[in-house]
Amino acid sequence: MDITTPLEPQVIEKLRAGDQVSITGVIYTARDAAHKRLIEAMDRGEELPFDIRGQTLYYMGPSPAKPGQVIGAAGPTTSGRMDAYSPRLIAAGLKGMMGKGSRSQEVKEAIKKHKAVYFAATGGVGALIARAIKKVEVVAYEDLGAEAILRLEVENFPAIVVNDAQGGDLYEEGKAKYRRNPETR
Amino acid sequence: MREISSKKVTETVARLCQEANFVLGDDVLDVLRRARESEESPLGRQVLEQILENARIAKEEKIPLCQDCGTTVVFLEVGQDAHITGGDLYAAVEEGVRQGYSQGYLRKSIVSQPFSARVNTKDNTPSIIHVEMVVGDSLHITVMPKGGGSENMSRLAMLKPAEGRRGVIDSVVKAVEEAGSNPCPPVIVGVGIGGTADKAMILAKKALLRKVREPNPDPEIAELEREILERVNSLGIGPEGFGGRTTALAVHAEVFPTHIASLPVAVNLQCHSARYKEARL
Repeated sequence: MDITTPLEPQVIEKLRAGDQVSITGVIYTARDAAHKRLIEAMDRGEELPFDIRGQTLYYMGPSPAKPGQVIGAAGPTTSGRMDAYSPRLIAAGLKGMMGKGSRSQEVKEAIKKHKAVYFAATGGVGALIARAIKKVEVVAYEDLGAEAILRLEVENFPAIVVNDAQGGDLYEEGKAKYRRNPETR
Repeated sequence: MREISSKKVTETVARLCQEANFVLGDDVLDVLRRARESEESPLGRQVLEQILENARIAKEEKIPLCQDCGTTVVFLEVGQDAHITGGDLYAAVEEGVRQGYSQGYLRKSIVSQPFSARVNTKDNTPSIIHVEMVVGDSLHITVMPKGGGSENMSRLAMLKPAEGRRGVIDSVVKAVEEAGSNPCPPVIVGVGIGGTADKAMILAKKALLRKVREPNPDPEIAELEREILERVNSLGIGPEGFGGRTTALAVHAEVFPTHIASLPVAVNLQCHSARYKEARL
């Protein structure tokens, strides 16, 4: 399914755990250190470096671009480290998240309550994913190096819906489908 | 006494850092191809295809296989008849890491003061250096960039001896199950059994340096590896955790004698981007 960002409510409504999507549009990167700063800025009542309403965050810190490249390897990092921060960002209007690995119960509930979505990108294929990234711009926290917030323009970025707004969870469903009792071999 | 210059050590480490990050070993590729054939989940097969395609791109274009270019773990086997000349061996290794990560456009992922400031050291140093004295007059260097996502899923269990073989298997399977989709499966499961807490952990890490799926030469341990692999691949986690049969590509166990009161079991997981390169000087 081809989808564009920012994500429209009617698109989120249709997405189901296990759907393969191809994303085109603008997404923003943020890892733990950037999340910490975003939350601290919210605590101080400051405006965030970009309007997160309707946006998608990609949990990723790239390797440096070689001369002539847009970006280096650019695969997802483990999303669980963002769990402590995500519910507040979702409540503030964040609609999409993308990384790898399972989310906490609190995040899954926030996804359901606020009609958001969590995608997985394939971990460990950063050289392949880099091809879908067409333009990169530093938005904030440049001092964090690989952990700075980047604005990415992506075309046909391959991802899979893990947690949908209806409470579906691909990690649970996929595991249940292929699990077997080794004693019955 | 054979002389090996520290400059040569630096050059070699710099080269190995880059090769390891760009080129996946033939043994890993071979096992991934076989998994692509045998995996029952269509989504799982697709992930394995992406992993193989990624390896091709990384090698051809000299782009890191993964943006996480790792903590640089360096194993040095120093021959007792070798003489390192021209400076500090540790400093020579660190300089190699510095040069390799800079020349190769590799991501620098090390931060100082882990529990507070967490400031990036900007050159991926310090690396983790393990030195072993061996017979001979050469220096064997292995560079293993180890990703944070899989390393975070490491486990150590200090079992009661009464828990025995069954306890060992259960604790390894539990570690892989709890890791789930986080360590980028299909993983290689490094297991260290025996010794002390620290010894078990280093055995688990060194087990990851064996050619993938090469069994332990001891038949009893090889059988244990087979049984754990079957249990792990029955969990259903599959490639990237999307469901499937290929949760692990291999289980490698190393064993060491232990104290009468102890049965340590360490698990160190390696993501599918199982990167290391070695050289002998």
